Amino acid sequence: MTNEELKTNITALLPSATFEEGGEWLTVLMDPKEWKPFAQQIRFDDALQCNYLFCLTCIDWKTHLTMVYHLSSTAFRHNLVVKAKMDRSIPVIETVCDIWRTAEFHEREVFELFGVTFLNHPDLRKLILTDDFEGFPLRKDFEDTVNMIRL
Amino acid sequence: MVTRQLEQVKVQPKEETFPGQIHETPGGGIVLSKLEDVINWARSNSLWPLTFATSCCGIEMMSVAGAKYDFSRFGFEVARATPRQADVIIIAGTIVNKMAPVLKRLYDQMADPKYVIAMGACAISGGPFFYNTYSVVKGADHVIPVDVYIAGCPPRPEALLNALITLQEKIKSGKTREQIKSGV
Repeated sequence: MTNEELKTNITALLPSATFEEGGEWLTVLMDPKEWKPFAQQIRFDDALQCNYLFCLTCIDWKTHLTMVYHLSSTAFRHNLVVKAKMDRSIPVIETVCDIWRTAEFHEREVFELFGVTFLNHPDLRKLILTDDFEGFPLRKDFEDTVNMIRL
Repeated sequence: MVTRQLEQVKVQPKEETFPGQIHETPGGGIVLSKLEDVINWARSNSLWPLTFATSCCGIEMMSVAGAKYDFSRFGFEVARATPRQADVIIIAGTIVNKMAPVLKRLYDQMADPKYVIAMGACAISGGPFFYNTYSVVKGADHVIPVDVYIAGCPPRPEALLNALITLQEKIKSGKTREQIKSGV
C-alpha cells in the first residue's frame, strides 16, 4: 500500500488525525487519548494489518514529550509512523502491550528514561536502571551533579 | 615481532633467560641464584587472563587470542572463565555503575597474586564518547587498582601484546605495585 492509500484508509478510520509531510514513511499525528482504539484498529484491520511494532520511543522537545511508534505490516510491507504529543508535566498514554507484546519492555524503558506513565501496563517498573535511581536520564533537563559536567 | 619499548616502563629489564645457573651434573640438576626470581619468572610466563570483556575492546582482545596475534606465545594461553583460576584481569571495555560492583567482586575472587590491565579509553578514564553521562565509571581505577594502562580506542592488538609484555617485565622485576609507581 502506498503512503497515499494509507492516508486515505487512516483518514477513514480516524478523521481527526493529521499528517506530517516530508518523511519517507507516512507519519500520523494524534492525541494520546485516541491512540489505543486507533492502535487496535490498525492492527486488526484487514487492509492495514500493522502487526509488527519495530520501534517504540519517546522524544523530549523541552516544551512537550512525543511518543513515537514505528509500525510495519509483515503481510503488505508498508510502514507507518504514529506520533502522539503529551504534556510534559503529566505524560500519560495508554499501553499497547496487549496488542504488540514487544511494547511491554519498550514501554518499561521509556517509563524509566522519560517518566512516561503507561496506563494499564501489567508490570510498569524500571527495566535497566537500579530501582533506587532518581530522575529520568533521557530528559533534556536531567542533571546529575555527581557524574556529569555542565559545559 | 613486536618491538619492545622498555624505556617507557620504569622497570629495569632483567635477563630474559632462566634466572638461575644451570650446572650439568650426571642426571641433570640446577643451581638457583634466587628462588624468588624463579617464582617470578614462572609466574610472569604463565599468566592466565580472565575472560572479561564489556564492549568493543573485547573484540580486540579476542583478536589477540586468535591465530594472527596469538598471546599464547607469551604464556597467556589459558583464558579462564572463572576468577578463581585467573591471575590477570584485562578490563576490555566500558565499566558502568551497574557493572562496577560485579568487577569488584570478580577482582576480589581472584587468587593472589593478581594483576589488572586497563584496556582502552573507557577502562582508563570513562571513554571518549560517553564520558559525560550518568552511568559510566570514569576509569576502572576508581574500582580496582590497575597495573598497566593501554591507550587507544580501541587499542590495536599489538598494543595489548605490548601491555602484556610490560606486565611480565613488572612481575619479573619482583617489585610491588607501589614500588614500581614510586620508581624505587
